[in-house]
Amino acid sequence: MLPHLHLVANSTIVALSTPPGTGALAIIRMAGPDTYRILDQVFRGKRPSEAPGYTILYGHIQDPASLATLDEVLVSAFRAPHSYTKEDSVEISCHGAPLIVRQVISLLCRLGAVLAQPGEFTLRAYKHGRFDLAQAEAVADLIHAETEAAQRMAFSQMRGGFSKRLSALREKLIHFASLIELELDFGEEDVEFANRQDLKDLLGSLLADIGGLISSFSTGNALKNGVPVVIAGRPNAGKSTLLNALLQEERALVSDIPGTTRDTVEDTIVLGGLQFRFIDTAGLRETTDVVEAMGVSRTRQKMQDAQVILYMLDLRTTDYGALIAEAQAALVPLLAEGKQVILVGNKVDDVSSAVLALYQQAFPDLVLISALNNLGLNVLTAKLISTVQLHLPSETDVVVSNLRHVEALRLAEAALERALTGLHNGLTGDFLALDIRHGLYHLGEITGEITTDDLLGNIFSRFCIGK
Amino acid sequence: MFKQYDVIVVGAGHAGNEAAAAAANMGSSVLLVTMNMTTIGQMSCNPAMGGVAKGQIVREIDALGGLSGIVTDKTTIQFRMLNRSKGPAMWSPRSQNDRAAFAEEWRYQLESTPNLDFWQDMVTGLIVKNDQVIGIKTGLGNDIYGKTVVLTNGTFLNGLIHIGEKQFGGGRAAEKAASGITEQLVELGFEAGRMKTGTPPRIDGRSLNYALMEEQPGDENPQKFSYQDSTTTVKDQLSCWITYTNDAVHQVLKTGFEQSPMFTGRIKGLGPRYCPSVEDKINRFADKDRHQIFVEPEGRRTVEIYVNGFSTSLPEEVQQKAIRLIPGFENAKMFRPGYAIEYDFFPPTQLKHTLETKLIRGLFLAGQINGTTGYEEAGGQGIMAGINAHLQAHDKAPFTLGRDQAYIGVLIDDLITKGTDEPYRMFTSRAEFRTLLRQDNADIRLTGLSHAIGLASETAFAKVEAKIAATAQLIKDLGKWKITPDQANPVLEGIGTAQIREKTTMLNLIRRPDVDMDSIEQMALAFGIITEPLATEVSEQASIQIKYEDYLEKERVMADKLSNLENIKINPTFDYAKISSISNEAREKLSKAKPVSLAQASRISGIKPSDISILLLHIQS
Repeated sequence: MLPHLHLVANSTIVALSTPPGTGALAIIRMAGPDTYRILDQVFRGKRPSEAPGYTILYGHIQDPASLATLDEVLVSAFRAPHSYTKEDSVEISCHGAPLIVRQVISLLCRLGAVLAQPGEFTLRAYKHGRFDLAQAEAVADLIHAETEAAQRMAFSQMRGGFSKRLSALREKLIHFASLIELELDFGEEDVEFANRQDLKDLLGSLLADIGGLISSFSTGNALKNGVPVVIAGRPNAGKSTLLNALLQEERALVSDIPGTTRDTVEDTIVLGGLQFRFIDTAGLRETTDVVEAMGVSRTRQKMQDAQVILYMLDLRTTDYGALIAEAQAALVPLLAEGKQVILVGNKVDDVSSAVLALYQQAFPDLVLISALNNLGLNVLTAKLISTVQLHLPSETDVVVSNLRHVEALRLAEAALERALTGLHNGLTGDFLALDIRHGLYHLGEITGEITTDDLLGNIFSRFCIGK
Repeated sequence: MFKQYDVIVVGAGHAGNEAAAAAANMGSSVLLVTMNMTTIGQMSCNPAMGGVAKGQIVREIDALGGLSGIVTDKTTIQFRMLNRSKGPAMWSPRSQNDRAAFAEEWRYQLESTPNLDFWQDMVTGLIVKNDQVIGIKTGLGNDIYGKTVVLTNGTFLNGLIHIGEKQFGGGRAAEKAASGITEQLVELGFEAGRMKTGTPPRIDGRSLNYALMEEQPGDENPQKFSYQDSTTTVKDQLSCWITYTNDAVHQVLKTGFEQSPMFTGRIKGLGPRYCPSVEDKINRFADKDRHQIFVEPEGRRTVEIYVNGFSTSLPEEVQQKAIRLIPGFENAKMFRPGYAIEYDFFPPTQLKHTLETKLIRGLFLAGQINGTTGYEEAGGQGIMAGINAHLQAHDKAPFTLGRDQAYIGVLIDDLITKGTDEPYRMFTSRAEFRTLLRQDNADIRLTGLSHAIGLASETAFAKVEAKIAATAQLIKDLGKWKITPDQANPVLEGIGTAQIREKTTMLNLIRRPDVDMDSIEQMALAFGIITEPLATEVSEQASIQIKYEDYLEKERVMADKLSNLENIKINPTFDYAKISSISNEAREKLSKAKPVSLAQASRISGIKPSDISILLLHIQS
């Protein structure tokens, strides 16, 4: 059961659409059939109910009972169906003082508007056929997008890029299904049937498409939640110092004692239009300390999930060979796993240029920094941004960023893989068709083909008030 | 002169007969009215029953307590289980039948049914009072009263037969058409339409040269349709024969196109795409240089031959000239030409799931009048209309079947929800849960349900209960019966499957795709695990349930999940006009169809998934 569907009826809803708190301006949005009847009673200026859509009115909000003027405002008028919710709607720009906002909203509510539930504007837009389910979810992503790249991705989904890819996929699948059905229902007819190899090829190409969408999820997820960057290295290499320097605040506890960081510490920051999630980790070493050992194992887990690893080396050592060996030992398995690794040499200000040359010879890509003294950080962030950007989707790429979508894709993939296995094992067509129908069903779940209450409830509860 | 009946059935074809028999067997007093007592149970087109998806329907009718399966078994001249290589959901029984014996058997069965009266007359109208049907008017001037009326007029309503440029009224070759009913129903507010179908020429079998054709014999071990012991499998099967058209045939047929009622636009009704006339085939698939022809015997005591695949309405001299160019037909003598027939139908979206019309209470429609084609589809609707006419006449709750319960459920739901533009024929692909709707389990699916409403007999019910119990027991036993490598491996080697190293259960062996129940049974007999052979239908049932356990389970889960949408009911008075956010088309279709559930709404053609999501929000708010 949707938690707030009882409110959806024909009420007129109102909410603050800008972030709460003090600001220069605040925008209050009202939508529903009584929008203009309510506004007419409080607006002193040109009558809002006579204003055409897409116009802006200047005037004052006045309490009709006390005749007190609450604020000087601009009203943007929208006429059904040309508004976000496809209903009559207005946006009132007032001054961004919490007191004013509260007074205006309670006045509107007194005259018949009701406070909107989280996501209710978008729920109405969906209900009125403005979006399909995947697009409505993209709106939520758009609102929550914190970087340009994430915004671009959400925009592309809202415009239906993802839905288009899915329906292309669906059509291909329907084509495949119809080849199977042909054989089943018309086996007695004198027609040519697709041979098994063609069917396998077709299924293979479908699986490749779905696989591509699924693997785009890690990119999509990174864009939404920040590209995971793990700072790893031996204890006391200066990882926490680097985290603090990148975030420009004392986020992690720093000391000279190796093993100070026992758990992972993370925080996000936007660099070059991309959101990064930096993860400081416990230093990697053999330890008998139970807590530290748990930290080390968590570090390894985080490195698994990371997209980029900043591997830090403490350059202040006399045993150059050992350090080079350590770096190589760390790098080889990570590169083998396909991780992007940036080798960072720390404490550069304490090392002679002759020694530096030695390291640079061993590792031409080594980035030299001093986390403590903010040396070389610009070079490091530039390198980080370019590394990640290489793997960014272009604007036309469709990227899956929603967990529900990727789960449905995985289920569809599993169903089709069963069909492919079935094809190899000579499974009969009736059961092949069953797997294919299940695949279609799961794809349909994304665009809202077969939607359940729980699903909708889940989706719409993600929207914050006013949107 | 007539008493008031509980149920009056108009028409004695496959739909009318099943309707009359079901209602009478449930205890209604029934009158069956037909224009001609000698053509009861006619096979108007090919002399065959069943086939892919259709065979499943015949078995469902039988499981419900209908007669089509019994009549078919008693008059079978050839039996084949189609699609044997395609998995249990696709196995489809099909029989060739003796046309004359089939009709005779139907009449015999009906005459043996208690509570059932007959009257030969043409029904020209209905007696309707306060939107409720209370009887019929006949051509002989009788008013006959009944609590409910089932119309099964087939192709007879304003039937118009075309052969070349000739056209004449008729419901079937040499039988006159019926009029009056369509006009009255339209006046009552019903929408009517026209459909077209056709039939091939009939040939003198003595004039054919079978040496030039390919023989198609019946199965070596023929089965049958009815689950009951009152019928037996066919003995002394007759063969069918296969031959092909060729370019010369096509060229001759083309010379008749100018006089073809199909191409000159004289035929207005839409014909079936999957059962086209031969002129349609060569016109639409010009690149195909030959088409298959099945040569089917019409019976044991006749030389008449049915030329399946050569349905045509071209002038008879063109038919004759073209057919003689088919290998084996060089000297063919025609008994009668093929023809096309146009007839009235009522778009079935005007019906409820019970097949009662939405407009007139007590009036039920079944068969070709609803835009379907096929004896099986007609019979399936007939039995459901008969059951529901009886139930209504006795103020009892209606009886309907879901899409996951029966092909008959799929058929009726498709018809009343989507309607149809061309004669509707069942395909397995129309059933989303076809692996559940198999010919081997129609009795398990339906006999209990039918017994509960008083149609399926005690005997039938006891039989299916015993089958269910024996199947469960056998599956349990197979899990206990152990076999050693020494015993099993020679057999496994013979099959060409991997040998075993340790003692294992027979259940594990039967799970292998390449091990069948026969091999298991032989082993069990050879090593004294069982002393008697297993009952065929029990071992078949167990084998399917074991081998496809995972798939069937998954399908069941999916069916249950979708039935959640079936459970979201829509109030019949719901005002779709107030949903401004869906397309005009969707709004109109929903207002017209008045779906009873969200699931049914989702199946209406032209209704998009987004419409359903929006509808869901509106239903709940």
